[in-house]
Amino acid sequence: MQEEIIISGFGGQGALFSGQLLAFAAMDSGFHVTWIPSYGPEMRGGKARCTVVISDQEIGSPLVRRPSAAIVLNIPSMEAFEPAVKPGGVLVVNSSLVPQRSERTDIRVFHIPASDIATELGNIRLANVVCLGTLVQAIGVVPLEAVEQALDNHLPERHRKLLGANKAALRRGAALVGG
Amino acid sequence: MAKELLEGNAAIAEAAIRAGLEAYFGYPITPQTEVLEHLARRLPEEGRVFLQAESEVASINMVYGAACAGARVMTSSSSPGISLMQEGLSYIACSEVPAVVINIMRGGPGLGNVAPSQGDYFQAVKMAGHGDFHPIVLAPGNIQEAIDLVVLAFDLAEKYRTIAMVVADGSLGQMMEPAELPPMRPVRPPAERPPWALTGARGRQPNIITSLYLEPEVLEEVNLRLQAKLQEIAANEVRWKEYSSEDADLLLVAFGTVGRVCQTAVREARRQGLKVGLLRPITLWPFPSARLAELAGQVRGMLVVEMNAGQMVEDVRLAVEGRCPVRFYGRLGGIIPLPDEILPELERLDKEC
Amino acid sequence: MVTVEIPADMELVYKRPQSLTETHTHYCPGCTHGIIHRLIAEVIDELGIRERTIGIAPVGCSVLAYYYFNMDFAEAAHGRAPAMATGIKRVSPDRVVFTYQGDGDLAAIGTAEIIQAANRGELFTTIFVNNAIYGMTGGQMAPTTLPGQVTTSSPTGRDVETAGFPMKMAELLAVLPGAAYVTRQAVFDPRGIHRTRAAIKLAFQTQLAELGFSLVEVLSTCNTNWHMGVVEALEWAKKHMVAYYPLGDTKVSDGVRALMETR
Repeated sequence: MQEEIIISGFGGQGALFSGQLLAFAAMDSGFHVTWIPSYGPEMRGGKARCTVVISDQEIGSPLVRRPSAAIVLNIPSMEAFEPAVKPGGVLVVNSSLVPQRSERTDIRVFHIPASDIATELGNIRLANVVCLGTLVQAIGVVPLEAVEQALDNHLPERHRKLLGANKAALRRGAALVGG
Repeated sequence: MAKELLEGNAAIAEAAIRAGLEAYFGYPITPQTEVLEHLARRLPEEGRVFLQAESEVASINMVYGAACAGARVMTSSSSPGISLMQEGLSYIACSEVPAVVINIMRGGPGLGNVAPSQGDYFQAVKMAGHGDFHPIVLAPGNIQEAIDLVVLAFDLAEKYRTIAMVVADGSLGQMMEPAELPPMRPVRPPAERPPWALTGARGRQPNIITSLYLEPEVLEEVNLRLQAKLQEIAANEVRWKEYSSEDADLLLVAFGTVGRVCQTAVREARRQGLKVGLLRPITLWPFPSARLAELAGQVRGMLVVEMNAGQMVEDVRLAVEGRCPVRFYGRLGGIIPLPDEILPELERLDKEC
Repeated sequence: MVTVEIPADMELVYKRPQSLTETHTHYCPGCTHGIIHRLIAEVIDELGIRERTIGIAPVGCSVLAYYYFNMDFAEAAHGRAPAMATGIKRVSPDRVVFTYQGDGDLAAIGTAEIIQAANRGELFTTIFVNNAIYGMTGGQMAPTTLPGQVTTSSPTGRDVETAGFPMKMAELLAVLPGAAYVTRQAVFDPRGIHRTRAAIKLAFQTQLAELGFSLVEVLSTCNTNWHMGVVEALEWAKKHMVAYYPLGDTKVSDGVRALMETR
């Protein structure tokens, strides 16, 4: 078993942090895992993406050209990674910010209004966690509870008051994956 | 101790603390700044010395001073910063004081970029400064190994009174992976500093640490002594890892991040029926030449993959001495080659050799 | 070394300080490095700190100073002595550390290191020997070479339009908060030598009292590369160097002033 997940957006959208949550959850679930970022020189607003590889054997390359799953949080990320997802893979699109729809039929695509859901939950910046909930539920390798545990353990102190909202966002995202 | 999800740069910095680092001098440069930042926070907590220097030139000379005083000392930087340190490295090598240097390599030449690269192989291995010397060069392929090699670097630097350099690329510095930190070693008290150190000539003849020998015959002697030490290091400290090499008839040779990328390439090639193995040098100097020479008699050909224009490949060719073809594949500018680029190269090697 | 018995009707009034070795120096006849070495050695003896002092030699004429001082010593890369001293002192705070640097070393290639060390208030002492020329490499223009002064690399005299003005390091360093004691002295006559000795002592005391960075700039001669006789060089220096580089303290912190008053 090996899953290679790319999470991509603008800097500040939480792509890197949601990847780390997934990595913590995978580690706690007993898997080998790598998390590797790639970003521009800007502190905010530039491109930000990370690749998370989860495997039941020692991980070689921490980078992949064609991921088995992807979360795209903005239009440039959609253009870059929608065609790249491997057949049979999963694509989660934040449809609040990405108007175009994937035409692909060989992957499972989830167009979810993550920013709108996040706003409903009280903070638009939770959109990344909504998407992560969808992705985790869809790939089914790491239990959602492990991601909740990762939130408990690793949500930065300054965002601690948003712990409940983060968990709610995760659950809302997961609930969007039909039986 | 349990595994934690650790970022490469922070893991390197914390490993140094656990290894008994007494003092760190450094200057911010991407993509290694997290090493400096971690130590800026942690060293004062532990009551040890952290100083942000005015330049890499000053950093390495502060390291030189602290090393002369017999302290466990380290600096870290990235490619352009290491270039600035080369003068100091040469003095340290000739003076035979121990120092650990971390190079989280970035794309070059010039200001280049902050993306991962292995373009400093020659600089580290062949010419870390003017004159005849080699630092011990350690190249981790994952975060656990980075931790272990930082600890080893301190031990080797002190054992041989030399420079131990850990070279990784920016991707290892910034990635996260589960790994285990070693237990905290006690810091050596100042009273137990080595007998050669500059501690004040109390009840003994003065110690002098210099790299100046005006008489050619004397400087030749110094050089011969350095060379003898290097030979001892070469005889005792070569380290590497092999993957699926027992029955391989094609061999990948790659270090650091590309080394682990090649692990994936080996798996995929074997799935296609190619009997590919991998040798990943862990010490770039001394180089696992003898083992490569042995494998040259076993395999039909070798493919060296690097994140540069072809540097380590020269050492592979020197080791192999024409016993089998040695091909090269590399990416430049801060691009990490991926398995799907390496596979066609292996297929070509399979056909042509 | 020649050993002679002291006759019964005489007393020993002058001897080699313990902080100097018996090695003959390589300095040219008439050079003032020997005087400055001796002053430092006398002060270190007087303060009783020889066995816990670590010196750092520069690149320049005094590159071999470690042969002449009887104490632990390191030889730095050109200009980097203040960085080395920083490294040593930071890991050995109970030791006494000093750098001995020339004008090319301190005021040209090592400008960044000395300014930054002084600004951090590093607790070491610098003896800065200013003889307005590069001695060891054979008389080239130094950052301290006077306007119009002829050297092998300013053969028609230093042109300030193209080479800039001589660096006044004692004044430049004095403005830094980390510098506790900065002074300029000259060893051109016995009075100057006595004053220089007092300044060197105060500089080491500044370090011992952990008051901040201390530096003594010592105006010196280079009769060889100035192409003058020894006496002529001393007279030229008194007339021209002192005119450009005024003698006296450029920085005395409150702590150092208190130290001076207790003496």
